Amino acid sequence: MHVVEAEIREPLILGEKSYNDITEDVCAPIEGKANSLWYFVFGLAGLLALWGIGNILYTIGVGIGVWGLNKTVGWAWDITNFVWWVGIGHAGTLISAVLLLFRQRWRMAINRSAEAMTIFAVMMAALFPGIHMGRIWQAYWVLPLPNQFGSLWPNFNSPLLWDVFAISTYFSVSLVFWYIGLVPDFASVRDRMIKPLPKKIYSILAFGWSGNAKHWNRFEEVSLVLAGLATPLVFSVHSIVSMDFATSVIPGWHTTIFPPYFVAGAVFSGFAMVLTLMLIMRKVLKLEDYITLKHIEYMNIIIMLTGSMVGVAYLTELFVAWYSGVEYEGYAFMNRATGPYWWAYAAMMTCNVISPQLMWFKKIRRNLVITFILSIIVNIGMWFERFVIIVTSIHRDYITSSWTQFHPTYVDMGVFLGTIGLFFVLFLLYSRVFPVLALNEVKTILRATGEFGVKKAKSTVFNVENEFTPSEVGNAPASDDSSEESSDDAENEENKEQE
Amino acid sequence: MSNKIYAMYDDDATLLHGAESLVEKGVKIKDVFSPFPIHGIDPVIGIRKTRLAVCAFIYGLSGMLLALVGMYYFMIQDWPMNIGGKPNYYFYQNIPAFIPITFEITVLCTAHGMAITYFLRNKTLPGLTAKNPDPRTTDDKFVMEIEAADAEMNEDALIEALMSTGAIEINKA
Repeated sequence: MHVVEAEIREPLILGEKSYNDITEDVCAPIEGKANSLWYFVFGLAGLLALWGIGNILYTIGVGIGVWGLNKTVGWAWDITNFVWWVGIGHAGTLISAVLLLFRQRWRMAINRSAEAMTIFAVMMAALFPGIHMGRIWQAYWVLPLPNQFGSLWPNFNSPLLWDVFAISTYFSVSLVFWYIGLVPDFASVRDRMIKPLPKKIYSILAFGWSGNAKHWNRFEEVSLVLAGLATPLVFSVHSIVSMDFATSVIPGWHTTIFPPYFVAGAVFSGFAMVLTLMLIMRKVLKLEDYITLKHIEYMNIIIMLTGSMVGVAYLTELFVAWYSGVEYEGYAFMNRATGPYWWAYAAMMTCNVISPQLMWFKKIRRNLVITFILSIIVNIGMWFERFVIIVTSIHRDYITSSWTQFHPTYVDMGVFLGTIGLFFVLFLLYSRVFPVLALNEVKTILRATGEFGVKKAKSTVFNVENEFTPSEVGNAPASDDSSEESSDDAENEENKEQE
Repeated sequence: MSNKIYAMYDDDATLLHGAESLVEKGVKIKDVFSPFPIHGIDPVIGIRKTRLAVCAFIYGLSGMLLALVGMYYFMIQDWPMNIGGKPNYYFYQNIPAFIPITFEITVLCTAHGMAITYFLRNKTLPGLTAKNPDPRTTDDKFVMEIEAADAEMNEDALIEALMSTGAIEINKA
């Protein structure tokens, strides 16, 4: 059954690719050696990560006093970073799950790496609730386990506990979704490995995958159901994170717009991080034929869309703060714009509202350098958004005698930088050990969306009319080798005899 | 003695058309190995729809019940607490607050239950060996497995039929 692609659509896989080419291109980074640039960046990220781990151990050993928190500002960089990382993590699941449900073929080239990004981002995010507790060795107290305190149970009415269940579910389900997709690709890598130790390792990782029809049947069903589950999960998890603020009484926090606003912001920052990573990865691993300009353009369109939604949310907040007539809410926003943290608010507004509007212009969204710079600006802007929401609302709330400033210590900053380092360490390792493209999925779209359809590997062409199985997209070379066909057949007869 | 014949193709569409014509001739195809799912192959070689989604639903339902019963026990029956004066005597008063966790546990049980069932049913688990007859089937080749005894024709006729559908290699095991 042929799928007819409209000719107006750009091909999603460029170049004359055969199925084998896809396997070769994606397995090359696994089979080859990393270059010195990889080691250099890995070293930098590793140093940052070690610095961060040191700061975390210092915090756990000495106490939360080494951070800049005080009685008024109980949450600052810790929760800002938590929400920032969780937000980034949502793009991966969105790309995998939501775009699968919408049958968007362009997701195939980026979903594996986007899901990897999600998993590493959620790991970074999960660090913060852990270390901000103070007594992390009692972290298991959040779980409803029978205990000696009369069986004191955690408070199921609290969004802080909802977070525990939401983040753990999100992490484990994302991991499962990612791994189920990886199993057939590990099988491809396994079957190419020659050296015994890598072959053994990839054999174990591939779970003995054979690729027979019933297994693929189940695979597709599981992918579809998991996608259907992961979609409401994305929306629910970030809504629950937003409830940490929305269910409070703090002016600037207690607003019903938070769940959709946070979810849109998460998709926004997540796609920006995917772009940052993909723009570098496609160049370094030579995957420009798979992660094409069209993919970049689509991601920029989503950034423009969600950035605009975030912008509308900001304006709505401002309007309602005035319209409600609640003087505390009104002051909260006056303080954000004109108070001591006005520079953070300005950064947030510029980075998040103005910069994605540039994406309306096709030339800009197809420009790689501008896209890269904008993706970093968006991530900076989203960090400031969470900082503004958290710190400006609580440093000046109801009781004026409690008003105070917040200043981060080097430990606050060190932990944050450390998580960035750790994230890149994990991602760099992933890029050389795991197949970074969903091999089996990209092969399924080659026929319909490859630039020249599916190219046959020449050595095995026996009795086909054409070197290419033409796709309805692009220009398949014309079939005029009918004279060669008869000579091929003669050769084939001989070859068959020899078998 | 089982006599298996493996016919290798280098294109999924060729294999699909070939399978259709072979099934018409009365050949029973035991299995097809491919690097990606071939859409349309299931009805041709007689693969039934999987019931994994039904399993997932059942797991989800149990997860939801587990969450609701659990929270009822913890927050209403065993140790109801006065949290800011909020109602704690009846379950229905707290349902809105319990929804997020109920949803998350439902999704958790659905996803993990289905994933474990999937791996067990496929018999793909860490440490198990692969059963694909040729390592190229995870790269770019497609292999049809046929029991020679199943076909309503003798082996040579079968091989002839396979070659005529466009197979590039025939192997026996």
